[in-house]
Amino acid sequence: MGLLALFRRTPSSASVAKERLRIIVAQERSVRGSPDYLPLLRREILQVIHKYVNVDPEAVQINLGQEEGHEVLELSVALPEKTRA
Amino acid sequence: MTEIIVVTSGKGGVGKTTTSASVACGLARRGKRVAVVDFDIGLRNLDLIMGCERRVVYDFVNVIQGDCTLKQALIKDKRIETLHVLAASQTRDKDALTAEGVRRVLDELIADGFDYILCDSPAGIEKGAHLAMYYADRAVVVVNPEVSSVRDSDRILGLLASKTQRAEQGNGGVKEHLLLTRYNPRRVASGEMMSVDDVKEILGLDVIGVVPESPDVLAASNAGVPVILNDESDASRAYDDAVARLLGEDLPMRFLEEPKRGFFARIFGG
Ligand SMILES: Nc1ncnc2c1ncn2[C@@H]1O[C@H](COP(=O)(O)OP(=O)(O)O)[C@@H](O)[C@H]1O
Ligand SMILES: [Mg+2]
Repeated sequence: MGLLALFRRTPSSASVAKERLRIIVAQERSVRGSPDYLPLLRREILQVIHKYVNVDPEAVQINLGQEEGHEVLELSVALPEKTRA
Repeated sequence: MTEIIVVTSGKGGVGKTTTSASVACGLARRGKRVAVVDFDIGLRNLDLIMGCERRVVYDFVNVIQGDCTLKQALIKDKRIETLHVLAASQTRDKDALTAEGVRRVLDELIADGFDYILCDSPAGIEKGAHLAMYYADRAVVVVNPEVSSVRDSDRILGLLASKTQRAEQGNGGVKEHLLLTRYNPRRVASGEMMSVDDVKEILGLDVIGVVPESPDVLAASNAGVPVILNDESDASRAYDDAVARLLGEDLPMRFLEEPKRGFFARIFGG
């Protein structure tokens, strides 16, 4: 470990906790009240995508929203850098 | 007017029973007629914390099943005249509590003129926790500044907003408050523990009280005297402030910082 590393501030464990919670709470709130099948749907879509590309489970976002009076299922997949080229 | 308050959390062991006992005492000490009800069927702890375990003859389930009257099952506190305890049963049968039965008991307490009914919820998000919150007007969500407790509290907030009578009737829902407990100002200062503001920001809810981690809580449960009755304790003062805020007083938070240590203590440690 270099001398500089000693002085560099690593984030405190409390701020790591806070950041993780901020993300998980936001995610759980976004699917709250949505149909029970959503988590399962997400998992199966993930499995299908995995047959073709190796994506991180966190890269798949499923949201249920309202648009002009009807429900819209939104799916977004962030593909890994290499496969995009 | 009776107000039904549920003390809930999702996660177990965070301080619900400790909080129910102290808040019940605090309200009763201020002259309110209070019934505190243990919904933790099968485990039954509240009577121990209240120090009335040897006076339990009939319990909540006995009342629901018609084995006795509510009057026979309500235990009158020996210290505070306006305080009553309804113990949980030790039956293994979780189905002994029914929504209809709970409603009947609550209605009878309301008809009896109680000012407050405190419902000490079991842990989890199953039936017992659901019934404890279902008829509530207000909720005190007990949370420790720790990841799993905060996450579970958020799930409970989700249930309060959807699976309660007030939510279903759409008349403003259940009024929710956070109560942080086992707070350790020294560890917050050193960055090891999330602060009140961190938790408040994540959950987006007002904080009704912050109770410090305190050895007095264990001593209180050993003795069967709710910690709020120990006037020497910071935990007692913190709970009493929370009670005042529940009653609408606007008080600044205390005990968010480590008590100043004396010069010699700082030099020589200890
Ligand atoms: N402020 C506090 N300081 C220290 N210990 C506490 C505090 N609050 C609760 N405890 C301890 O935590 C444990 C769980 O408390 P309890 O009220 O039974 O939680 P719950 O009802 O949520 O399961 C008990 O051993 C209790 O003594
Ligand atoms: Mg308990």
